Amino acid sequence: MATAWVIAEQRDGVLAPVTAELVTAARELAVDVAVLVAGGGAEAVEALGRFGVTRVVDVGPLGDVLAGPILGATVARLIGDAPAFVLTAQTYTGRDAAARASVELDAPVLTNAVGLRRDGAELVTEHQIFGGSLVVEAAADAERVVVAVRPKSVVAVEVDEQTQPTLSAATAVTEAPGVMVRVIERRREERAGPSLDEATVVVSGGRGLGKPEAYRYVEELASLLGGAPGASRAIVDAGWVPYAYQVGQTGTTVKPELYVAVGISGATQHLVGMKGAKHIVAINKDKDAPIFSVADLGVVGDALSLMPRLIEAVRERRHAS
Amino acid sequence: MKVAVCTKQIPDPQAPQHLGEDLRLVRSGKALLDDADTYGVELGLRLTEASGGDVVVVSMVPGGETAGVRQALAMGAASAVVVSDERLEGADALTTARVLAAVVRRLGADLVITATESTDGYTGTVAGQIAGLLGWPALTFTRGLHLEGSRVTAERQVEDGVWVVEAELPCVVSVTAGIVDPRYPSFKGIMSAKSKPVEQLSLDDLGLGVQVRERVRSAREAEARSAGTVIEDDGTAEAAIVAFLESIKVL
Repeated sequence: MATAWVIAEQRDGVLAPVTAELVTAARELAVDVAVLVAGGGAEAVEALGRFGVTRVVDVGPLGDVLAGPILGATVARLIGDAPAFVLTAQTYTGRDAAARASVELDAPVLTNAVGLRRDGAELVTEHQIFGGSLVVEAAADAERVVVAVRPKSVVAVEVDEQTQPTLSAATAVTEAPGVMVRVIERRREERAGPSLDEATVVVSGGRGLGKPEAYRYVEELASLLGGAPGASRAIVDAGWVPYAYQVGQTGTTVKPELYVAVGISGATQHLVGMKGAKHIVAINKDKDAPIFSVADLGVVGDALSLMPRLIEAVRERRHAS
Repeated sequence: MKVAVCTKQIPDPQAPQHLGEDLRLVRSGKALLDDADTYGVELGLRLTEASGGDVVVVSMVPGGETAGVRQALAMGAASAVVVSDERLEGADALTTARVLAAVVRRLGADLVITATESTDGYTGTVAGQIAGLLGWPALTFTRGLHLEGSRVTAERQVEDGVWVVEAELPCVVSVTAGIVDPRYPSFKGIMSAKSKPVEQLSLDDLGLGVQVRERVRSAREAEARSAGTVIEDDGTAEAAIVAFLESIKVL
């Protein structure tokens, strides 16, 4: 029987929520679900038993190096010649780990998976393509397969009967050529309001705002609605706002109650990151913009003219109630 | 210094995309250089302009098509090596990385630059896989880069900011869009690109065999979001938006 290995996603040593999503997905693939962590093994046992993990393997904190390649090489060594599935998150660290694991295991890698299941001996993954308009199922013909799963695509579900995962220590593979990349400095980009991936309301701005100064309307509306400001890739690349604001394929995937797209045309790579929102309002000059195909309410108009009026109207409504 | 910039030719991303009967992306139209690759080409050119050396474009191309590769040559790359082999049809990311890594070895490159992910496949693992195969450090998701002697310092994009990371040459770097402003090919560049050397290799030339181990089993339309209302802003659209926000209880 194959083991499903999950490479935990950790930020500042703390398990990220996507880890429980990965574990939930892994349960569909194998009875034996092992989680590889870099430090915090005891906490992981505590947190992940509820999600049905059977083993936690801790290599200890890695210090100031990139974790991805090391964890990828380590999981491969732990697997040896055995059949296995390796699951990582579709994140920066997760993709680095998936890449290295696939090389060491000589295993195909399937990325951007939004669903996983087993069909006999085969692992079947689900992917959204063409901006999420098409869902394809892929399968890999191999005994060992690496899958990177998009955060927020699998709902983390606890098991009825909590497991008691075993905890063991392992040595991180740091001597393999090229796995060590030193981290000299970590710079955090501060952002206003709730975090983008947890906010119930997200208001994002794009090129249609016309100029960087107009982004303040996005921030103002977001703040009035108790939400987080976001951005399209276009204005992040143009340097209007830091990358931490980016919603989309290469940025953050959001799933809020309400998503307001201001001056965003809705390129494929943006739609993938926000079309899971419960309600979508879009403001765009171009009536043919793809964003309108996913919007519950679309307004064809100039964002720069509409935003001040909208902010005023929302403010009045707030005062009235 | 020899810089290998890995590029991909993709179907026009602005044109409608569809899958063929084999459930693979139809690549019959014109092949263009992936926009995401122009940043890597530009970075390679700047590094070699500053410290000497050449940029070699490396690409896996179906049917010997090189129109997109010529775009990179027009920007200023010195030459190209393309691998064209019908056995590579439907190649997965690891296979692609094997082919590219083999070319890099053959070239004796000191630095490999790739995009973070291609615009049509967006796997985002090929750079890390090339590095793993070569046993070189992978500086992935780079949005700023500094080269001093053989030391490479990179600003790496992370979820909540930027990390500064460091490695020695030889290494593999994947770059995000916006790391540098790609130049437009000059008329002279476009003309000279036509006569720059483009070496065509097969898998046999590289001593590689491949096995395609991934396949698309099925495709279906995603559940469409229910069609919404689209209105024109006649100067009072804010009222409609507020009414909508009330209806969903955000206000």
